[in-house]
Amino acid sequence: MPPVTYLEAISSGLREEMERDESVFCLGEDIGVYGGAFKITKGFLDEFGEDRVIDAPVAESVIIGAAMGAALMGMRPVAEMQFADFITCGFNQLVNNVAKTHYRWGAAVPLVVRCPSGAIGNAGPFHSQNPEAWFCKVPGLKVVAPATTYDAKGLLKSSIRDNNPVLYFEHKGLYRFPRIREEIPEEDYTVPIGEAAVRREGVDATIVTYGKMVFHSLDAAETLAGEGVETEVLDLRSLLPYDKQAILESVRKTNRLLVVHEDTLTGGFGGEIAAVVAEEAFEHLDAPVRRLAAIDTPVPFSPPLEQFFLPNTEKVTAALRDLLAY
Amino acid sequence: MNVETAPALSDPALAASDLDDLGLGRDDYRTLYHTMRLQREFEERVYRLFRQGRLVGAAYAGAGHEAIAAGSAYALGDADILVPMHRVIGAHFLRGHTARDMMCQYLGRANGPTAGKDGNMHCGNWDHHIVGMISHLGANIPVAAGVALASKVRGDGAVSLTYIGEGGSSIGDFHEGLNFAAVHRLPMVLIVENNKFAYSTPTRFEYACENIVDRARGYGVAGALVDGTDVRAVYKATRDAVELAREGGGPTLIEARCTRLLGHAQHDDAFYVPRDIMEEGWNNDPVTKAENLLLERKYFTREEIDGIQEEVNGIVDDAVDYAEQSPLPEPEAALQGVYAD
Repeated sequence: MPPVTYLEAISSGLREEMERDESVFCLGEDIGVYGGAFKITKGFLDEFGEDRVIDAPVAESVIIGAAMGAALMGMRPVAEMQFADFITCGFNQLVNNVAKTHYRWGAAVPLVVRCPSGAIGNAGPFHSQNPEAWFCKVPGLKVVAPATTYDAKGLLKSSIRDNNPVLYFEHKGLYRFPRIREEIPEEDYTVPIGEAAVRREGVDATIVTYGKMVFHSLDAAETLAGEGVETEVLDLRSLLPYDKQAILESVRKTNRLLVVHEDTLTGGFGGEIAAVVAEEAFEHLDAPVRRLAAIDTPVPFSPPLEQFFLPNTEKVTAALRDLLAY
Repeated sequence: MNVETAPALSDPALAASDLDDLGLGRDDYRTLYHTMRLQREFEERVYRLFRQGRLVGAAYAGAGHEAIAAGSAYALGDADILVPMHRVIGAHFLRGHTARDMMCQYLGRANGPTAGKDGNMHCGNWDHHIVGMISHLGANIPVAAGVALASKVRGDGAVSLTYIGEGGSSIGDFHEGLNFAAVHRLPMVLIVENNKFAYSTPTRFEYACENIVDRARGYGVAGALVDGTDVRAVYKATRDAVELAREGGGPTLIEARCTRLLGHAQHDDAFYVPRDIMEEGWNNDPVTKAENLLLERKYFTREEIDGIQEEVNGIVDDAVDYAEQSPLPEPEAALQGVYAD
């Protein structure tokens, strides 16, 4: 099997699940004849028909609410938000209806909401956001954010097979990222929800990150490796639940922690990780936990503004140097 | 019934429709009346328990809505799905929730439908094909559409029946849910229980069209306007809508007019409702109307009606005793059930 892109891995994971299980279907805006804004469902309409590839009106609340209704009936909907930013229009359905149903009256709501997220170059405040942290404090939801092509497919399959609602954040900047084209197994495989992956081993500092920031973190680690510093890079892969043990183990080994995410700083998921490490591994820390994230503004449009806003390899490298110098 | 023939309030065809020819027998009328009477009695007791400090949380009632609850849910088959709101406890009773179940729910008991996780009318039960409502009215219209979508795709013939007040008809989910159901011709029935007030807000501040059912034409769905205090009219409209949905005719919007005979909830004395509206409402009390109908038509004798009242009183007494003797949940049970296995 030739190497595939992250986008192709998502697409083939979805296709295989639809072939495997008749109850899996897709619902979203422009996913039918157009194949989705990013072409994840290209060809699906011909392959599976309009009962299983359903073009919805531009109405995120009913896309998520109807997915919930179908899930109650035993189906496994995969709803697409055209952009993760638009999930706000379905916020009530997700956090009050979908997330609380099993707790309240015991009915499982097995659905997936696919959320193309992240900045890919001057898409502005409404097509660039990383809204995952809003949902990471909602009991009843699961949240995943794969960074690699292998994980993109494996986590999508796990999300579809999970009996709970899963928000699947796919970073648009990874869709066709040449560096992560890889050969993936032809046979069926899954990646478990809730397990982090060590992308680079090290002993001097730990970077905990996820999504596209995994690669900026790896590049920063590589830069500092030339100076004799060995940085461990931990890719969370899942945010709710997240792999607390993997974080604590790494910090106990390296004694320094930098958390990196593309979402804005205040109230971002990095705060949770910093808090847990402060509570449970304080005595292992040789320096205060440091967070690097986007600045606390909307995602600005113009190139210099957007570059100023976003974390990048240079900023991760600088933050890492600060952390090591403490 | 289709969009063109959907009756308007002034349409004489509605008044002339023969409600005596519904094919309902004595047992059907007994069930309908019993359900309405049980809703009234149960909720009066809930209010009393509230005043006595024996209730947990808030108390809501559907006084004035009993004909809508009973008449609509009675039109469903076993495989159909009920997606109720808070003024139709009678629909819960018809689908299989008992008075004991609902009293345990109101009292936050471990053996209630939500095991104390949620209160009052916020409960579902998949064994009875009841979807749990949430406080955010209108939110379950998209869910009812999704339930109907599954039925349409699978061809199982089931219909989803959901409700909203005229107040909740203002929220975006009303539009999104009904439009989605209309576009995909889904087997869904949406009943707007127009009781004239959204909490304290009168209809003139809620919508500017003459009737809410006028929107049916705009959505391209069938519509019906019915007297929501007449259990037979509600039953007929719902049955017609369910049949249309089952035949692939898509959703129907039913506006059922009634008067909320109490405040929004126990704490609200409805001082803002003009006296004439309240008097007119009580003069059209759906439970009394049903009783009078049964007596006038000689379906039941006075003694039989009194017997139903006694039976209902006994059911409610038993439900209160049962619920008060039922265990409260263990505190640690709060940790359970966030996720499905």
